[in-house]
Amino acid sequence: MGLDALLLSRLQFALTIGFHYLFPPLTIGLGVILVFMEGMYVRTGDRHYEQAARFWTKIFAATFAMGVASGIVMEFQFGMNWSAYSRFVGDVFGSALAAEGIFAFFLESGFLAVMVFGWDRVSKRLHFFSTVMVALGSIFSAIWIVVANSWQQTPAGFHLVERDGVLRAEITDFWALVFNPSSMIRLAHVIVGALILGAFFAMSIAAWYALKGRHAPFVRRTFAASLVVGLLASLAAPITGHYHATVVAQHQPTKLAAFEGHFHTGEGGAPMYLFGFPDEEEQRVRAGIAVPGLLSFLVHGDFDATVPGLDRFPREDWPPVALPFYSFHIMVALGLLFILLTLLAAWYYRRGTLFSRRWLMWILVFAVAGPYAANQLGWIAAEVGRQPWIVWGLQRTSEGLSPAVRSSEVLASILLFSVIYLALFAIWIFVLNNKIQHGPDEPEGDVAPAREPELQIAG
Amino acid sequence: MDLHIFWFATLGVLLIGYAILDGFDLGVGILHLGARSDEERRIFMNSIGPLWDGNEVWLVTFGGALFAAFPGAYATAFSAFYLPLVLVLFALIFRAVSLEFRSKHESRAWRRFWDCTFFGGSALATFLFGVAVGNVMQGIPVGPDREFTGTFLGLLTPFPLLVGALTVATIAMHGAIYLHLKTEGELQQRIHGWMWRAFGFFLVFYLLATIYTLVQLPAATANFHDMPLAWAVVLLNVLAIANIPRAIHHGRPFYAFLSSAAVIAALAFLFGMALFPNLIVSSLGPEYNLTIYNVASSEKTLRIMRLIAFLGMPFVLAYTTAIYWIFRGKVRLGQFSY
Repeated sequence: MGLDALLLSRLQFALTIGFHYLFPPLTIGLGVILVFMEGMYVRTGDRHYEQAARFWTKIFAATFAMGVASGIVMEFQFGMNWSAYSRFVGDVFGSALAAEGIFAFFLESGFLAVMVFGWDRVSKRLHFFSTVMVALGSIFSAIWIVVANSWQQTPAGFHLVERDGVLRAEITDFWALVFNPSSMIRLAHVIVGALILGAFFAMSIAAWYALKGRHAPFVRRTFAASLVVGLLASLAAPITGHYHATVVAQHQPTKLAAFEGHFHTGEGGAPMYLFGFPDEEEQRVRAGIAVPGLLSFLVHGDFDATVPGLDRFPREDWPPVALPFYSFHIMVALGLLFILLTLLAAWYYRRGTLFSRRWLMWILVFAVAGPYAANQLGWIAAEVGRQPWIVWGLQRTSEGLSPAVRSSEVLASILLFSVIYLALFAIWIFVLNNKIQHGPDEPEGDVAPAREPELQIAG
Repeated sequence: MDLHIFWFATLGVLLIGYAILDGFDLGVGILHLGARSDEERRIFMNSIGPLWDGNEVWLVTFGGALFAAFPGAYATAFSAFYLPLVLVLFALIFRAVSLEFRSKHESRAWRRFWDCTFFGGSALATFLFGVAVGNVMQGIPVGPDREFTGTFLGLLTPFPLLVGALTVATIAMHGAIYLHLKTEGELQQRIHGWMWRAFGFFLVFYLLATIYTLVQLPAATANFHDMPLAWAVVLLNVLAIANIPRAIHHGRPFYAFLSSAAVIAALAFLFGMALFPNLIVSSLGPEYNLTIYNVASSEKTLRIMRLIAFLGMPFVLAYTTAIYWIFRGKVRLGQFSY
């Protein structure tokens, strides 16, 4: 009841979804790398690829379990903390969630059994098929949840109906719902973000081995796959990001204004701040480095076109500005960094000197923090920028709260989740670290391929 | 068939699927501490290792389907059972990570910790599911705005606690029979004794719960007048219950497993019978009941969802069956096991 429960429920959702989102993008990104590794093994019989696939499967499994555990929390939380929202959007949002269960979760969790436990129970081909099904399942899962979230951002394919005094959104056109104005571009951007994470994660581990002079065949093969995925995805990110931003400009202008710290519409073209410090009270960006007309150009292709600022909208419809602004800007900066790093690494890889560039290897070991941060920051920008709406233009977040839940109950749950998630995170890192230190196994003696040269690593 | 009745039945099928499949996973967890050595405990965990995750999806899909088909009931129930659901989530999280992490480190203290959380998570989740079912059967205070007006402690009354105990006993029995199928040698012989003991507990709680229901919850059997078929389910249930000891005695554990699955299905069916056409019964008065008609999604949504279910579920059943087939037979610990 009241503001307490609302603030606590918001915080809890942020905490639980932030924790959950450490895992699915890694699952999706590593899934692609894993399909590549095992695919190469099935095609070439190269046992080093087999060992690489088995190693990545173990990493994948530990991550997947955490994703599942934290994922159920999300499904339940809509009903638990946001029952009014659930009543309002059940037809639409609930359908997407149910579809996710039927088409995605069963697929990935089912075939995970064969992928993790079935190496010695099924043929090479059937095992590879299972790996592909798991990777596909994780992507299908992304589709449905992004469709659901996108409907919150740009609702379509529905009409409002009052039943028993309760206003509800009911489906009028299922395909319009699924292909709502933002779902496909957001899906592309989310997948790209996941691929970047998977690639950097793999490179981080491989770079570590390279620095220690271990597992040369594994390192080479991992870099071959990850560099391709990482570079292509890093280059794709600003493209999908740009088109995404144009959709936001069209359908969620206050969100774009918050991203850009665009308080005052002004005359003519709108500037873009490369960086600055938005001041919500004074409604300006302090110490802002502005490029005149750039925002107008990016949104409309015309340096003088008008881009509405926050001043064009009622105050009660404004999102917070600072958090989306910083999240968005830091994410973009990181995105540029990813392009730089992957280009650099690819350049040296082509020249055959990548593994002797110890400074770059060290950077790549730690660089995985970048995609992790970027993925989270992007979502923070998207969801905080969506405020005050839980369904754009139709229901405010404050209106979606569960009336029956007391603030003391939410306080209890938020404390419980915080403690448990902190502990689980530490344990996940511990288990991963153990696996990484152990490393991939060497292929068995009698069918081992010819010994490969050690990595050329400068002293 | 009326779309609303179709979805009530489908939710029942999803619930039965979950109870039978994740039932044996949770049952193994409840019995886990009965395993003495590290190897035995690994055998227990690996008997469900490849399967538990897929089985848990039935719960997620049940929740999603409830949200999609009867959002008003999903909203009322999940906010009403707030703290119990927090505990259920906590329990399921620990069940999942215990399985995944237990054998990843050699330390005895580490393994013992996860053995306890595997047991605790499995037992707590099972018990709370039963408490929820008991409350739904008994009715919870829901007012004209369809919101819960009760308290957490108000959910812990005798009948729900009894149903909680019954659920733990049933699931433990189901898990014991499953373990008996998957193990061999001396361990299997010990589990043979567990099956009998679990059956005993089940029988006691089943009788108590049945008597209580017949005496204190007349509404639970109200539907039997309109649907005599329900009596057939009662009869089949009794036969299935009787067949469990018979099958165990005759050394046919697979039939015992099928029978305990049938018992779970029958109990879930009777739960549905007790409820129909309500989803949430209000203890403040029947005019406040949430029914399959007054909290449903639109007809169009129900139809779309039915199509999704018809498209998706045959695939799910097919590949799930294939995957179970791949992992048939006794548990063998290998390099890929937990």
